[in-house]
Amino acid sequence: MVPLSYYLVLSAILFACGVAGFLIKRNIITIFLSIELMLNGVNLSFVAFAAQLNKLEGHIFVFFVMVVAAAEAAVGLAIIIAVFRTRETLNVDRVNLLRL
Amino acid sequence: MSMHLWIIPLLPLTGAAINGLLGKRFPKALVNTIALGFTAAAFAMALWVAAQFAALSPDQIPHIERYATWLSAGQFSAEYGIYLDQLSLVMLLIVTGVGFLIHVYSVGYMAHEGGYYRYFAYLNIFMFFMLTLVLANNYLLMFVGWEGVGLASYLLIGFWFLKKSAADAGKKAFITNRVGDFGFLIALFLLIKHFGTLQYDSLWKLVSQHPVEAAGAGLLTAIGLLMLVGATGKSAQIPLYVWLPDAMEGPTPVSALIHAATMVTAGVYMVARSSPIFDRAPDARMAVAVIGTLTAIFAASIGIVQTDIKKVLAYSTISQLGYMFMACGVADYIGGIFHLMTHAFFKGLLFLAAGSIIHGLGGEQDMRHMGGLRKYLPYTFWSMTVATFAIAGLPPFAGFFSKDRILWSAWSSGNHVIWLIGVITAGMTSFYMFRLWFLTFFGEYRGPNPETAGHGHDADAQHADGHGHGAPHESPWVMVVPLMILALLSLVGGWVGVPHSLHGSDHFDAFLAPVFQAASAGTAISEAVPENAGDSTELIFSGISVGLAALGLLLAWYLYYKRPDLPARMAKAAGGIYTLVLDKYKIDELYGAVIIQPLIALSTNVFWKGIDQGLIDRAVDEGAEGALETSDAMRHMQSGNIRSYAGWVAVGATAVIAFMVWRGLR
Repeated sequence: MVPLSYYLVLSAILFACGVAGFLIKRNIITIFLSIELMLNGVNLSFVAFAAQLNKLEGHIFVFFVMVVAAAEAAVGLAIIIAVFRTRETLNVDRVNLLRL
Repeated sequence: MSMHLWIIPLLPLTGAAINGLLGKRFPKALVNTIALGFTAAAFAMALWVAAQFAALSPDQIPHIERYATWLSAGQFSAEYGIYLDQLSLVMLLIVTGVGFLIHVYSVGYMAHEGGYYRYFAYLNIFMFFMLTLVLANNYLLMFVGWEGVGLASYLLIGFWFLKKSAADAGKKAFITNRVGDFGFLIALFLLIKHFGTLQYDSLWKLVSQHPVEAAGAGLLTAIGLLMLVGATGKSAQIPLYVWLPDAMEGPTPVSALIHAATMVTAGVYMVARSSPIFDRAPDARMAVAVIGTLTAIFAASIGIVQTDIKKVLAYSTISQLGYMFMACGVADYIGGIFHLMTHAFFKGLLFLAAGSIIHGLGGEQDMRHMGGLRKYLPYTFWSMTVATFAIAGLPPFAGFFSKDRILWSAWSSGNHVIWLIGVITAGMTSFYMFRLWFLTFFGEYRGPNPETAGHGHDADAQHADGHGHGAPHESPWVMVVPLMILALLSLVGGWVGVPHSLHGSDHFDAFLAPVFQAASAGTAISEAVPENAGDSTELIFSGISVGLAALGLLLAWYLYYKRPDLPARMAKAAGGIYTLVLDKYKIDELYGAVIIQPLIALSTNVFWKGIDQGLIDRAVDEGAEGALETSDAMRHMQSGNIRSYAGWVAVGATAVIAFMVWRGLR
């Protein structure tokens, strides 16, 4: 059986990749994907613990996260399209109308 | 049986409330009706109470009425209650009676002043507090009255508050009294701590079990001395007398009521009321006598050279209050209260008569500009003559009996030095009062020439300040009638206390004796007082003081009537001493240099610039500046760039995780 720590390390790597992408990339789509990556990194640690501890709660949480992520994808992509239509760019640094 | 004594103080309070709150719109007649009506009602009720009191049997005295608990904390409680015995009855009658007469007089004197309703509201509120003071059945309620009359005094001294000297005098009186009140308050704290109560009846029971304190300090001596500090403030004794001469800035009827007849005698009343304490603390009582004696002669000497008619009377008041303290100090509390009563009559009259003169001369207060007023103000002249003879202690006027009693008590209690100073002061009193009398009423009128000065003066018109004032004129009847009543009282007021040596029956002594006999039971005083010890000796001593008073009269007659050129030459000959006395021994300057200036310097440099500005203000300023600088630096974190926020979140999360890992590894 694969030890728990392997899963956790992989989960941390996925999460770190997500954070790095979020911080570095300027394209909104890429940032969006980075967020998904972080969510899935967390999901991985949830199910790993659930399997390790023989508990159902971890699985349930994963479903919740997936539902939220799906809703977020629907709303987020709609916002991205709306932004692109008005600003004709996907560069977050230029979507700064609310800045002082 | 309840006499509903609570109504008495509440009557003037009601008048004060109505006039004070609504009086601005009232016509003067209505203000008069309210102010005089409620005061007259209080006086009428006081007379009724006196009649009821006479019917009480000795075991029903003191008559105590308790209405409600005022405050209670732990073991201690104070109540609203009234304590009526012979002492407070005498005070009640003096305060309401003289107070009413002065209210009547004020109607004429203040007729042309602004703030008419305000004046009468203050006067009524003074009556309320003074009645609270004398009727209270515990020290705490007395202290309320004590502070309240101080407030009324402050308001009335500063009645013409637009005048800087008046406003300053009010402040001076208030602050000086505060020093005395501090002592009184500490005395009350000591009483609470050691006896647990301030109710007179239960307190006297506890105090009477206390032994007489021998030489050296003890609890009761400390309490007595602190009470004396309080009394010196309120009753203008050395060293706190300085406020009273300045208090003459107030309207003259106020000087008569508050600063001569009633309020300033509160200290004497308090000492007499506390006689159970003082009887058991001979050292404290001796301090009372010494302070009183010194004040008597000291103030009399200043009074001799003053030229302002009210200032002479002010120093005379201080001096006479000294006599009252002298009496209390030699355990003759009855003599003190007797003199308090006669003094209320003749000194109230002197001030009112002086007010009548000032009024008739359009505000002139300098005796050098008076003279020959006998023919212009005949009623004032005759009433003032009675008062002058009374204060000089010439028989058969009221002052003779009370002053003589005090001097005899001083001698017979073995305090011969006090007696000697008292007798000399009596001579000085006679001299300065007759000096005032001769300067004011005899000789030629030295004011503006009445023949050439603005004429067409209507005898009924009243002028409060000089505006084309013509010849001196007599005051309206509303002012003259109180003068006459007080003159009558100054004449006959002493007859209630004709001593046995003059074949009188001394009703006053017999009336008040139970108060102080009960108090001094078990102390040396109750046995030591010699009953009629040598009537002939007493007569000789009376003769000495009357002789000195007559000498004062003759000297004043010679210097200020026969040879009016002499005083100026004598003043020149005396040189520096004369100037020193004229400047009131420079006591005000001394206090200024020793207490006030250092206090101002300390307040300015340490408390204001050091602590307030340097510490408190600076802490606030620095705090604000620090917040500003910090936020200026932190402002840059709030860039508006989402990813930089996310970066901070990541950094923060990493820091938290690192901390937890570190904790786990440790």
